[in-house]
Amino acid sequence: MTSPLIIEYLPILLFLGIASLIALAAVAASLIVARQKPDSEKVSPYECGFEPFDDARAKFDVRFYLVSILFIIFDLEIAFLFPWAISLGGIGGFGFWSMVIFLLILTVGFVYEWKKGALEWE
Amino acid sequence: MVSFWSGYALPTIIIILEVLAIIIPLLVAVAYLTYAERKVMAAMQLRQGPNIVGPFGLLQPMADGLKLLTKETIIPAGSNRALFLAAPMVTFLLSLVAWAVIPFGAGLVLSNINVGVLYLFAVSSLGVYGIIIAGWASNSKYAFLGGLRSAAQMVSYEVSIGLVIVSVLLCAGSLNLSRIVEAQHTIWFAVPLFPMFIVFFISGLAETNRAPFDLPEGESELVGGYNVEYSAMTFALFFLGEYANMILMSALTTILFLGGWLPPLGIPPLTWIPGPIWFFAKIAACLFVFIWVRATMPRYRYDQLMRLGWKIFLPFSLIWVLVTAGVLETFGWLPK
Repeated sequence: MTSPLIIEYLPILLFLGIASLIALAAVAASLIVARQKPDSEKVSPYECGFEPFDDARAKFDVRFYLVSILFIIFDLEIAFLFPWAISLGGIGGFGFWSMVIFLLILTVGFVYEWKKGALEWE
Repeated sequence: MVSFWSGYALPTIIIILEVLAIIIPLLVAVAYLTYAERKVMAAMQLRQGPNIVGPFGLLQPMADGLKLLTKETIIPAGSNRALFLAAPMVTFLLSLVAWAVIPFGAGLVLSNINVGVLYLFAVSSLGVYGIIIAGWASNSKYAFLGGLRSAAQMVSYEVSIGLVIVSVLLCAGSLNLSRIVEAQHTIWFAVPLFPMFIVFFISGLAETNRAPFDLPEGESELVGGYNVEYSAMTFALFFLGEYANMILMSALTTILFLGGWLPPLGIPPLTWIPGPIWFFAKIAACLFVFIWVRATMPRYRYDQLMRLGWKIFLPFSLIWVLVTAGVLETFGWLPK
């Protein structure tokens, strides 16, 4: 027999399958039921009535990129915090102070970023 | 053959029925949430709201759904067709799939995995993909800007949500959602962790792109954001996904802070009401606040939004995690 761990995840897999079927069926039903009659005006990108000027995939603000890098750092930190938070009762003062030191080091980086203006949006 | 039937086929059929028993009421709830939103906002603005289709306009969501079904699906010429069609499906899918681990009552849960919180956190992080794929694949300037803004916003508030969850985990000592609810038998976490409760709720508003943080679709500047090029059912899937996410966020608030299916006090008249009813009542209360906020608050500016997320919520919740851990550690209150 399969292990209990796998069995617990089987409903999630089935859930995923059923939900995808519903999503596909909805879009397919709409494509079948509704009359499709595209023309060149309909399929051009919407720019408030103007002719589209040029390709939309242009340069964009680098701060979006900075934000995503910051996110990766902090999300990893949270991934570290999850097991720590669960087992803090078992690892005692040593575990607590280790995490405080880790967070302090992280905070130094955060303060640096703040002072450098990575979080400024005018 | 008998062992195949009773060992594999029958359990699978039961699970499929259970899954449908979650998805169908959820979709109905989403439909009526849109109705409730229009009615509540109308009442707050001294209007009538939908009242033509059916008694009190109760069939309005059905009419809206049918209308969207019979509309033409427009796929822009410059778009990446496959990605363009996949994006709303991904959004819809992820908003549903999270419900697999939500406990509706004591033992009433489809999949009682012991890393429930981690699963929810992962699924809600994936939600960014649907939006950024939509913004990119549309090949339209408004959609592109809306997608970028939305991704940056969701990612920023994800961080503070994560830290808030960590402080709840410190008090509960488990990643299993049912165990987290049971840990609130003596007191709901909303009381000792009140500031975190507020941070979580506001981050939840930002995470679901709701007012006052609805900049990604700010209609006065971006005409609709990432879903500007979508029509018919593809648009409806975004819409359903967004509202299902709202209900999910309310369910999460209820589980983490408002004691899930537990009654407010463990005394007889309150304990006679079954757990799931308490759970749904608390979700409804949270959803009401979602709508209330939308009817009351003006929209934030983008720089204010990022400032709130990174310069206020992040340091604040980080300090609170340490304070919570320190207090629990000092007084020996940590769950073993």
